[in-house]
Amino acid sequence: MTPRVLIAEDEDSIVTSLEFLMRRNGFETQIARDGVAAVACLGEFLPDLVLLDIMLPGRSGFDVCRAIRADARLAATRVLMLTAKGRAGEIAKGMEAGADDYMTKPFSTHELVARVRALLGTATPEPQGPQGR
Amino acid sequence: MLQGWVVVLGSFGYIGLLFAIAWYADGRARQGRSLIANPVIYSLSLAVYATAWTFYGSVGRAAHDGVGFLPIYIGPTLMILLWWFVLRKIIRISKLARITSLADFIASRYGKSALLGGLVTVIAVIGILPYISLQLKAVSSSFQILLQDLPAGLPGKPGTMPILQVTALYVAVFMALFTIAFGTRQVDVGERHEGMVAAIAFESIVKLVAFLAVGIYVTYGLFNGLGDIFSQAAARPDLARLMVPFSAEGSIANWVWMTVLSMLAIVFLPRQFQVAVIENVEEKHLKTAVWLFPLYMLAINIFVLPIAFGGMLHFPQGVDADSFVLTLPMSQNQEGLTLLVFVGGISAATGMVIVETIALSTMVCNDLVMPILLRWKRLNLAARGDFTALLLDIRRGAIVIILLLGYFYFVVAGEAYALVSIGLISFAAVAQFAPALLGGLYWKGGTRNGALAGLSTGFAVWFYTLLLPAFAKSGWFGMEVVERGLFGIELLRPTQLFGLTGMDQITHAMIWSMIANIGLFVLVSLTGRQSAAEHSQATLFVDVFTQTGEVPRVWRTTTSASALQTLLGRFLGPTRAAELFLAYATVRGLNSVEELEADAELLNFAERQLAGTIGAASARTMVATIAQEEPLGMEEVMTIIDEASHVIAYSHELEQKQRELEAATAGLQAANERLKELDRLKDDFISTVTHELRTPLTSIRAFSEILHDTPDIDPAERHRFLGLIIKESERLTRLINQVLDLAKLESGMAQWQTAELDLREIVSDAVSATSQIFKSRGVAIEARLPSRVSAVVADRDRVMQVMLNLLSNAMKFCPANTGRVEVRLAEVDGGVRVDVEDNGVGVSREHQAVIFEKFRQVGDTLTQKPAGTGLGLAICRQIVERLGGRLWLESEPGRGSVFSFSLPLASGALKAAE
Repeated sequence: MTPRVLIAEDEDSIVTSLEFLMRRNGFETQIARDGVAAVACLGEFLPDLVLLDIMLPGRSGFDVCRAIRADARLAATRVLMLTAKGRAGEIAKGMEAGADDYMTKPFSTHELVARVRALLGTATPEPQGPQGR
Repeated sequence: MLQGWVVVLGSFGYIGLLFAIAWYADGRARQGRSLIANPVIYSLSLAVYATAWTFYGSVGRAAHDGVGFLPIYIGPTLMILLWWFVLRKIIRISKLARITSLADFIASRYGKSALLGGLVTVIAVIGILPYISLQLKAVSSSFQILLQDLPAGLPGKPGTMPILQVTALYVAVFMALFTIAFGTRQVDVGERHEGMVAAIAFESIVKLVAFLAVGIYVTYGLFNGLGDIFSQAAARPDLARLMVPFSAEGSIANWVWMTVLSMLAIVFLPRQFQVAVIENVEEKHLKTAVWLFPLYMLAINIFVLPIAFGGMLHFPQGVDADSFVLTLPMSQNQEGLTLLVFVGGISAATGMVIVETIALSTMVCNDLVMPILLRWKRLNLAARGDFTALLLDIRRGAIVIILLLGYFYFVVAGEAYALVSIGLISFAAVAQFAPALLGGLYWKGGTRNGALAGLSTGFAVWFYTLLLPAFAKSGWFGMEVVERGLFGIELLRPTQLFGLTGMDQITHAMIWSMIANIGLFVLVSLTGRQSAAEHSQATLFVDVFTQTGEVPRVWRTTTSASALQTLLGRFLGPTRAAELFLAYATVRGLNSVEELEADAELLNFAERQLAGTIGAASARTMVATIAQEEPLGMEEVMTIIDEASHVIAYSHELEQKQRELEAATAGLQAANERLKELDRLKDDFISTVTHELRTPLTSIRAFSEILHDTPDIDPAERHRFLGLIIKESERLTRLINQVLDLAKLESGMAQWQTAELDLREIVSDAVSATSQIFKSRGVAIEARLPSRVSAVVADRDRVMQVMLNLLSNAMKFCPANTGRVEVRLAEVDGGVRVDVEDNGVGVSREHQAVIFEKFRQVGDTLTQKPAGTGLGLAICRQIVERLGGRLWLESEPGRGSVFSFSLPLASGALKAAE
């Protein structure tokens, strides 16, 4: 089953790059440009991983994260937080909210893909073909 | 006719009785059962005012002036109404300061001035001596009258007889004995003379009873009651005249002055001061005295007119009216009554002489002799041992001398005037004390020099206008001065000074002496300065009812307590001094005198104790010698006050400083808060800038890596990604530029190229520069510019930057196709205003408050984030404010916004506009 990745990010160009990266690695993607949209699509999309920007309009990344953790259907969902501020306090807050990992913008695309794979348990890159869990 | 021996026996019997009463009262006092601690005794002792002059003389005066004798008794009655206020104050002060006499009181008030005390003493002695002579004369005369065979030889004006003088001498000697015996029992004159006061009170009863007895006898024995006497008198024109007051010329003024004079006399006669103040046991006794004493006065005067008329109706013309009280009963052979009247006369005379002599001798000793002795360096008296015996000897000597002087004055001048005149002259003398004493009691400004000037001048006038003419009338020197004036200057005639005529001598003398006295007292006081000691005493006296204790004098150096005790011992006796000091120490919780410190308080205590013995002025001198330094002078006190005021000023300054410090602290706290806030804002700013920088960087890096890692990427996608890289790079550049621009503006480092600008030009340039973009967005733009607008001073590029920013903002928030932006330009008060109005979404009230802050993009709340750095408006505001203008916003959410800015006119344009 193809892993599903929700990209919750409000910056268009960043969304474009993330979407490209995820698709190239064979993941199914969905885009949410604000916190409200992100939470709204959770139940339907049931992502395996969420690339979550903290500074989301509407509801913050922390909010979205807490919503994920509060949803039993999403118990296995991994959350990778993306922060542009990179403050220690924010990271701690994110971890508290239930994030699995975080990355500071600007990030290395290699590292991002590696971490996403690690979180999804798909250690080796298999650009084609479905991934079991 | 009374036998001589009966009279002598009666006299001595009475005198013996006086001694016995005084002895008994003193004994009672020693047992602590004071006889005189009684308001009735106190009131009776005040009746020492009624002397032989009253006893014999008022009838004489009534026979001459009719009701004219009354003012002398109306005055005291009027004065008594004021006693509760005036006399009570004097009593309170005297007890506090241990005043020993009238002279002591005045000296004490004016800084314990020995000079003033001496002057008062001299005036009192000179003024009162004739009065004492008068008493001796009255007793001798009455004795002589008794020994005459009345029906055969009615007494005319008494002739000089050897027996008269001898009698007077005996009387004087007896009085000296009594006064010495009961007036100098103790050294401390501040303590009361209980025996003497008791005897005086008894004498007051005797003279009243005697006078009433003769009055009743004459009225109801010789005549048929008052109606009978008055109707008989009214039938005689010469007597009827006497019943109408103010019948003689100038007699109203005479009445007024007589009344005033006696008002003053009842307070300022040394004997009255003695009994009313010094011998007063309790202030509340005054309450009884204020009604009992006037009652006594009324009683002793009630039969004056009946006796006078009775005498004149009974005797043929030429009989001395002064002796009517004796001669009327004598003429009827009423021997018992005659003897009673005689004894009454003696009581009136002796009472006065005894008290007056005690008072005067105290003054002479404490205010005249002691100060001189103590200041007489060669005597080195201050170093001597026991003073108690010396003090008593001085007083006894003074008593003897005063009485002898009184006697000699009587011998020399006894025949010079009628009795009443002498009394009034004495009254006029003591009235001179009034300005200094009463003034000093109620006016703190009265000074020692003022008192000295007023007193001495008033006394001099008294001497010149009253005593001198009296001497001249006695034939001691020619009448030339009296008749022709001093140096032959008529204006200086003693009885018509400066041409003042039409009044009797007393009135004349009182007017001039009081003008001189009061005038100089006030004038000199007002123009001079008080010493520190004077000031402290003035405060003590005037404010005696409001302050708690004596204003302590500042003694600069201290001595030892034992030295002070020794000093006190010399005047009070070592035993008494030891007792006093032990009591003083015990009260302060000390075990022995050795533990006492000779501080200012102890010095004041010692001074006060001494004052009770030798008077305030001498006490001050004595303590000053042992403290080895004078109390602080005015200048030093001023220095202290200056220092104190400096300290006060300094503490005010400190308070001020503290307030300033507090304000500064508050300011610092606020500044600190502000700094913290700024720090937080800076952090936020940096954090925000960081975020804003990282966001495009993230895209740029990501796309670059993707393109790098994916050589086989679809060309169309490659092109799209490269386009994004370029767009994000531009965004990054713009952001960096704006941050730097803002930093430059905020730090004031920005370069300004200001010139006079026509804003119409800039506005139309900005509009035309953006018209293409507006058109592409479907937003209409219109500029409404006036034909002419005054120049402003500004930086063209910066104003253009603001315009472009506002226009692009307006466009951004306008709906596409229906959007409409209008630019207006108008000259307003002192400046030019530019409005940029749009019909866009508007700005909510909360956002209006913060929209000019950095990174406050209204777009934050929108799903579609408007492009922009969030620094534009912050930069615009900085620019406009730097140019001296203002940038603001008026907006209604949903209806659009008006961003306006104004810039001040160029000064030239401003002038032109005016």
